[in-house]
Amino acid sequence: MATLTDPPQESFQLSMLLNDTRYRSYTFQFIALIVLIAIMAYLMSNLFANLRAAGLNISYGFLTDPAGYDINQRLIEYDSQSTHLRAALVGILNTLLVASMACVTATILGVIAGVLRLSKNWLVSKLMAFYVEAFRNVPVFIWILMIGTFVTLSGDAPKAFLGENPSREMFLGGFAFTNRGLYMPAVTAGAGAGIVVLVFLASIVAAFWWRSHVKKTLFKTGKLLPAWVFWPILIVPAILAQLVLGSPLGLIAPDTMANRFNIQGGLLLGKPLIALWLALSVYTGAFIAENVRAGIQAVNRGQTEAAASLGLRPGRIMNLVVLPQALRVIIPPLISQYLNITKNSSLAIAVGYADITATLGGITLNQTGRAIECVLLLMLFYLTISLLISAVMNVYNKSVSLKER
Amino acid sequence: MSDTHAQSVAFVRETQIPPSDPPSSQTGAVKWMHENLFSSWFYGLLTLLSLYVIYVVLAGFLPWLFNGVWQASSIRECREVLDGATGGCFAVLTERWNQLLFGIAYPQDSYWRPLLAFVLLFIAAAPVLFAMLPRQMLLFTAIYPFLAFWLIWGGTILWPLLALAGFIVGYVVFGRLVKQSFAYGFFGAIVAAMITWWIGGFIVPAIAPEQTLLSAVPSRDMGGFMLNMILGTVCVSLSLPIGIVLALGRQSSMPIIKWICVVYIEFIRGVPLITLLFVASVVLAYFFPPGSNLDLVLRVIIMITMFSSAYIAEVIRGGLAALPRGQYEAADSLGLDYPQAMRLIVLPQALKISIPGIVNVAVGLFKDTTLVSVISMFDLVGAIRGPILAATEWNGVYWELWLFAALLFFIVCYGISQYSQWLERQLATDHR
Repeated sequence: MATLTDPPQESFQLSMLLNDTRYRSYTFQFIALIVLIAIMAYLMSNLFANLRAAGLNISYGFLTDPAGYDINQRLIEYDSQSTHLRAALVGILNTLLVASMACVTATILGVIAGVLRLSKNWLVSKLMAFYVEAFRNVPVFIWILMIGTFVTLSGDAPKAFLGENPSREMFLGGFAFTNRGLYMPAVTAGAGAGIVVLVFLASIVAAFWWRSHVKKTLFKTGKLLPAWVFWPILIVPAILAQLVLGSPLGLIAPDTMANRFNIQGGLLLGKPLIALWLALSVYTGAFIAENVRAGIQAVNRGQTEAAASLGLRPGRIMNLVVLPQALRVIIPPLISQYLNITKNSSLAIAVGYADITATLGGITLNQTGRAIECVLLLMLFYLTISLLISAVMNVYNKSVSLKER
Repeated sequence: MSDTHAQSVAFVRETQIPPSDPPSSQTGAVKWMHENLFSSWFYGLLTLLSLYVIYVVLAGFLPWLFNGVWQASSIRECREVLDGATGGCFAVLTERWNQLLFGIAYPQDSYWRPLLAFVLLFIAAAPVLFAMLPRQMLLFTAIYPFLAFWLIWGGTILWPLLALAGFIVGYVVFGRLVKQSFAYGFFGAIVAAMITWWIGGFIVPAIAPEQTLLSAVPSRDMGGFMLNMILGTVCVSLSLPIGIVLALGRQSSMPIIKWICVVYIEFIRGVPLITLLFVASVVLAYFFPPGSNLDLVLRVIIMITMFSSAYIAEVIRGGLAALPRGQYEAADSLGLDYPQAMRLIVLPQALKISIPGIVNVAVGLFKDTTLVSVISMFDLVGAIRGPILAATEWNGVYWELWLFAALLFFIVCYGISQYSQWLERQLATDHR
C-alpha cells in the first residue's frame, strides 16, 4: 500500500456530463428523451384543447353504426345497412385483391421487359428502354388517371353481345368487355369440389418432394432420376379426382341469352378494378424490369464462361448458374416493389375503386367526421401490411445470404 | 523448298494485291441489320412484331398530333374545324396555358414573379450541381430561398430578410463557438437564430409599410405546375439535412436516439403518402395551438418533408453502411471526435455513394407531389381534373391534357436522372 498509490479518486464534476465520453452519451440521450416527451406533451395538450373547443372526443363507437353507402365491387356480403367496420373490411379485401392481382401481372410484365431490354435485338431493346423510361418518369397518379379514362371510354354496351346473332362475339366464348366491366366465366363448386382441391394441394406437396428427392439422390449416389415426373405428379391426381367425382369443379360462362338487357351470370370485374389493376401493373412492371436487368447484369460474365467451359448447355447455364445468383439480387427489390404496389393502390380513389382508403379514409371519414380515428386506423392497416412484407423479406434474405466463413 | 520454287516460277509478284472489299453482306447497313435485327429466326420474328407495334402506335398517334387544332375556344369548335378527321384538340393547352402553369387563382399581372423565380432557380442550383463553376456563386444560392419566397408570395420583404438575418446570426455564432466544440457551436447557433427571430417577430409588424413593392399572394392561390415545382424543390431541399440527421441517428450507438429514429423511419415508410396528406388536410390542424391557422400549403410541405426525409435517411444509411469499416477506424486513430470524423471523413464519402439513391428519391418525390390534388389542391393534375375538365367548353378533352402533364413530368424527371448519371461518372474516383 505504501508503494502502490491508488489513482487519485476523481470526484464527479458536472462538466464531466458534457466532456467525458463515459457520461456524454447518457447526457445526450437524456436530453433527447426530454425533448421528445416535451414535444409529445405539447402536441397532445394542443390536441385535447382543440378537441374540447370543437366539442369532440376520440371514440371508435362509430365503427358499429350503419354505413349507409353502397359499394359495387365487393368480395363479401355488404349492403348499405352494414356497419362502417364491415365497409372497412370490404375495403381491406379490395385493397388486397387489386394489390395481389397487380403483383402477379407486374412481375410477368417486368421480367419479360427486363430480359428483352438485354436482348441483342436492337429494336426490341430500344422499345423496352422506351417503355421503362416512359413509365418510370411520369407520376403513377397520372398513369392511373389516364388508364382510368381509357378504360372508362372503351367497351361496348352489353347489348352488343346479347341475342341470337350478336354484333360482337365473346372472346374465347367466355370473356366480354362491356361498358359495365369485364364479364368472365365463374368457377362453380359442386359436391366434392373440396376433395379435388385437397388432392391438388397434396399433389403440389408430392411434386416438390419428388423434385428435392431427385436432387438428393443425384448428389448422394450420382444417379439421375427422371425429373420430368414432376409434372404428371402435379396434374394427374387432380384430373383423376375431377373425373371420378363427376366434375364437381366447373366453369360457367356469362349467359347472353337469358336476358334481353344485360349479360347474366359469370363473374363481373368492375371498370375501376380493371383500370387500377392495369395501371399498377404497367407502372410497377417498368420498375421491376429495371430490377431484373440489374440482377442479370450483376452476375459476373466469368460465371457464364466457367459454366460453358464445364460443358453445360445454354439452358442449363441459365437455370443452374446465372438465375440462382441473379435471383439473390432481384428478389429484395422485387418484394419492396410489391410493397409499393400495395401503397400505390391507395390511389384507387382517383378511379373510384372502393379500397380501404376510399371507404374508411374517404366516405366513412366524410360522413362521420371522425378524422383522427379514421386516419389512424388507415395508417395502422398499411403499417401492418408493410411490416409483414418486410418480415418475409428478412426471412428470405437470411435464407439466401452468402454463407461466409 | 521455297528456294527451288523461287527458281522454277516464272513470275513472282513483288507488291501485295490490295485487299478486296468484304462481301456486301458483311458491311454497312446489311451487316448491322443481320447482326442486330435478324440474327436468328426468333429475333427476326421479334423485329417484325415490334415494327408492327410501332407502326400501329404511330399510325394512330401521328395524324392525331399533326392534324391537331391549336386555336379554338371550345371542344365543339375543335370538332367543327376537324370536321370528322382525326386530330387532337390542343386548343385547350393554348387557351388554358396559364391555368396549367400557375393555377386558377394566381394574379395574372404577377406571372412574371414565379417565372423569374424559376429562371433564378437554375442560377442558384448551378454551383451546387456543377463543381467547376466559381464557388462565389454559392452566395447567391444561399440568398435564393428567401428571394424566391419574396418573389412568389410577395408582401413585405422584411419577413424573408428577418429569416435570412436569423441564419446569418446563427452562422456567425457557430463560427465563433465551433472552435471550442461542435456541440457548443451547433446549439449556440440554434439559440442565437431563435432569439433573432423572436425579437424580429416584434419589430417587423411594427415597421412594415402598408404599401409593399410586390402585392401579397395567399398560399391557397398557388397552383398548376408551379405548385408541383414549389413542393418538389422545397421538400427535397428540406429533407436532405433532416435525412442525414436521421441516418446518423439510426447508426448511432446510443439506444434511445437510435430507437427514436428507427420508429420514425419505419413508421413513415410503412404508410402511403396519401394517408400523410390526409393528416395534413384534416388532422394536423388539431396538433397546433388553438386559434393558429396554418395554411394548407405549409401543412402539406411539413408532411411531404417528413415523408421524404425518412426515405432519404434510408438511402444515406445505405451509403454509411457501404463505407469500409477502416474509414471509421482511420478517423478515430487520427484523434478526430465524432462531428469532425463525420464531417471530414465519413459523410463526404457516404453521400457520394448515395447520390443515385438520393436522386431516385427526389424524382419519386417530385412525381408524388401530384397526389396533393386528392386533398383538393389545384396543382397541375388538380387543375386538369378540376376547373379544366369540369368546364363545359373543354369537357371531353382528355388525352391532350393528360399527355401534356405526362410530358412535363417526363422532361423534368428524365433530366434529373440523366444529370445523376453524369454526376456518377464525374465522381467515380476508383480507377477501373
